[in-house]
Amino acid sequence: MSTPTRRDEPWVMRTYSGHSSAAASNALYRENLARGQTGLSIAFDLPTQTGYDADHPLALGEVGKVGVPISHVDDMERLFDGIPLERMNTSMTINATAPWLLALYIAVAERRGIPRAQLAGTTQNDLVKEFLSRGTYMLPPGPSLALQTDLIAFTTRELPSWNPINVSSYHLQEAGATPVLEVSFALANAFAVLDAVRARPDMDAATFSKVCGRISFFVNAGIRFVEEMVKLRVMGRLWDETLATRYGITDPKARRFRYGVQVNSLGLTEQQPENNVYRIALEMLGVVLSKGARARAVQLPAWNEALGLPRPWDQQWSLRLQQIMAYETDLLEYGDLFDGSVEIARLEAKLTDEVQAELAWIAARGGVAEAVLSGALKERLVAANAERLRRIERGEQVVVGANRWTESARSPLLGDDGGIMQVDASAEAAQVDALRAFRAGRDSMRVSEALERLSEAAHGAAGFTLMEASIAAAHAGVTTGEWGEVMRRTFGEWRAPTGVTAGGVAGGASAGLEAARLRVAEIARDLGRPLKLLVGKPGLDGHSNGAEQIAVRAMELGMEVVYQGIRLTPIQIAAAAEEEGVHAIGLSILSGSHLALVPEVLAELARREVAVKVFVGGIIPEADREPLLRMGVARVFTPSDFDLTRNLVALAEAVLA
Amino acid sequence: MPEDPPRPRLDRKALATALNAVETMGDAPLSEARAAIIDDAWAHPRGRAIGVTGPPGVGKSTLCGRLVQRWRSQGLTVAVLCVDPSSRRGGALLGDRLRMRLDGSDPDVFVRSMAARGRLGGLAPRAFEAVTVMRAAADVVLVETVGVGQSEVEVADLVEVTAVVIQPGSGDALQFLKAGLMEVFDRLVVNKSDLGALASNAARELRAALRLQGRREVPVHLVSAEDGAGIDVLADALADGTPDPGRRGDALRRLMVDRFRAWHGERIVVALGGYAALVEALAGAPDRDTMTPGAAWEALESRLRG
Repeated sequence: MSTPTRRDEPWVMRTYSGHSSAAASNALYRENLARGQTGLSIAFDLPTQTGYDADHPLALGEVGKVGVPISHVDDMERLFDGIPLERMNTSMTINATAPWLLALYIAVAERRGIPRAQLAGTTQNDLVKEFLSRGTYMLPPGPSLALQTDLIAFTTRELPSWNPINVSSYHLQEAGATPVLEVSFALANAFAVLDAVRARPDMDAATFSKVCGRISFFVNAGIRFVEEMVKLRVMGRLWDETLATRYGITDPKARRFRYGVQVNSLGLTEQQPENNVYRIALEMLGVVLSKGARARAVQLPAWNEALGLPRPWDQQWSLRLQQIMAYETDLLEYGDLFDGSVEIARLEAKLTDEVQAELAWIAARGGVAEAVLSGALKERLVAANAERLRRIERGEQVVVGANRWTESARSPLLGDDGGIMQVDASAEAAQVDALRAFRAGRDSMRVSEALERLSEAAHGAAGFTLMEASIAAAHAGVTTGEWGEVMRRTFGEWRAPTGVTAGGVAGGASAGLEAARLRVAEIARDLGRPLKLLVGKPGLDGHSNGAEQIAVRAMELGMEVVYQGIRLTPIQIAAAAEEEGVHAIGLSILSGSHLALVPEVLAELARREVAVKVFVGGIIPEADREPLLRMGVARVFTPSDFDLTRNLVALAEAVLA
Repeated sequence: MPEDPPRPRLDRKALATALNAVETMGDAPLSEARAAIIDDAWAHPRGRAIGVTGPPGVGKSTLCGRLVQRWRSQGLTVAVLCVDPSSRRGGALLGDRLRMRLDGSDPDVFVRSMAARGRLGGLAPRAFEAVTVMRAAADVVLVETVGVGQSEVEVADLVEVTAVVIQPGSGDALQFLKAGLMEVFDRLVVNKSDLGALASNAARELRAALRLQGRREVPVHLVSAEDGAGIDVLADALADGTPDPGRRGDALRRLMVDRFRAWHGERIVVALGGYAALVEALAGAPDRDTMTPGAAWEALESRLRG
């Protein structure tokens, strides 16, 4: 060919990353940008996400684990050292504390003399899905949604290139949602956001149209990539149609369905982890193949996520896949490949009907906020995930290497270090020391004045004022924990419905359930009463899907289950075990903080002389299994132990032993 | 003037041990060792027991959490018994502890969840024994039942005072009244006062219905477990008063006869003169208000021998 082919611009390429400290994460970001990444996606640690300082008791073991700790404006400055904010597109996975982290980001820009209007990026700022599945909420639903709306109004006025919210269906799929549930829950959520924004007294039609144009979505894409592509085409069409008909948006650009994606991690396996590379590539097809429904930004997980934290090289490998897809293949040279396909049109029509029915179901429950409050949505998710797990256990859903073709040589990729990143164990202590030094060096008069103004702004509930007060507080040296404390004091705290109910269990029995029930009943006879099990999550990790499934299955097997939920201190867990007279405790930990948290729980149980067997499940690297058992843990379960029934029978046998 | 000695705190270890023993008894009648634990607790009541019942979904757990907070702010130690339903296949999800939204690290609050294990009546099989040992340990004992229907009101037999919680606009209240079951309840609580007129109308209708039944003395409380309105008044009213030996004795006698009948069979009860006569005989004993469960059991057995 003589004339060069016109190619579409590729999507923004990011990697969700951050760990240990602002300095370590800054080095990683610069490295990733040098390797061809075109945007940043910041992972914050759990204390930062939930508004606690690194030296708070709940932060123990969590500092720098699943992301970077940002305690104050100097941390934020260091995180972006040498990175030009005015030219960067920065996505922050931040929700309950989104106003605060955005305030810190703006404060750093202002220190550098960059106008607010030049900042481009995204705050996730979607609280509904935090209540449903991700668990890093801080305040009750009412004030949470008010803060969410305030931020949207603020950036629309002050940061016109900012996406103030990433309505997230991603976490719903990670929690086991089917495509129908994912699309309908996310759309219902987005419409509720628009309703809340439109109801503000300061909102006129022109500004509202701008808000619509800045709403973006954060979706998931699983291995069934044809279905996933159809899902995104349907989502885009429904979004466009509803904005036109229900909200009267006339500008087609403001109605465009804009989304970023992180492809599915739920289906990645611990067994034969090298296969995950293929899975990630296929999952990506669902969000790039169809030009009409192509992602604006793509993040890919690393092949070894089910084993532990990925290393920089693992993330580079995923980035290379994006680059090959965008620059080596001919994908970006064509129009939409699927417009006019009869089969795709049929699938779209079917999904559209199912989504409409689901939207009606949510509306009948008083809308998305009511359905979250009552636990109705959560129950649907827990039931959907229970059904997914049953299908895998029964072998109806094939997972190569997990329930079919499980024979394998040991993967040479695992190397001597287990093939994962070893987090620097001294990072937490270093962050705590640095934080205390920072506090000591502040102008304390200025800090208390800033906190006073912040508190007044929070009580006044005027969002513009709260954001400005937060930016002033950031400049004054207020910390993340102090900001969170003002919000908690003003608005109260909250525990979301768990969705763990007897009614949430749907579908038929899984393989071997009857035999397991009989064995559990025999053990109950020997114990003199039914086996009583406490299930809970210590630390700040809010990913409760696994714990919920364990609780539901244990109940099905005839155990009496006290489900204690998330964000528990060792004292709360030990006290509950003592009060409830349980035979066993199941701790679920996915954040990598197990070596810090488990000994604390065991020590607290010993102090109270509570004799109970402790079981640990989660993302536990193989190298940590022995140390946990030596501490006194009865058994360790990892993602490769996917048969919940078998795990629970093993637990019951261990209680009797 | 010497100060009062500090109030002993809740003996968590002893209470946990006693409750574990109680729960492990199964369906058998009292063994001697276990009867001794319960008799000892029975002889040393410390606190007043309060029952909270009402239909499912009315917000009982959240309300109970609020009541506990109020009593704790007054320095009272609190034991809570939460009863949750069992599934038909035998397992149970005990979720009330979480729904009460308590801090969970207060050493003077003790929450035990029990599964109903297929039993009707809103209580667990060993609720009587559990309340007995809790009453010996804490200043206030709170019993939250399974969300009950109209025929499940057993909690009133275990406690000094029973509050029934009602959802505004549900029609439950009038059903309860019509069925004549309001007699066992001492206080009516209309939750969700944050709903405004719907809740205050429900309270007004209840008061009118109570007047019609000649029970105008039954107080109707309008509260919001969600925002805390009206909770302090309700909590103080419920906790006001001492253990009531007469009422407690009535419950003991009825329960012991129930268990006796279940174990030995209806035939024996009939042979001894029937259910009512046996209750009557126990009530006629000279130590009617101090009689222990063990002593009541012996009295019944001696009639069988005699």
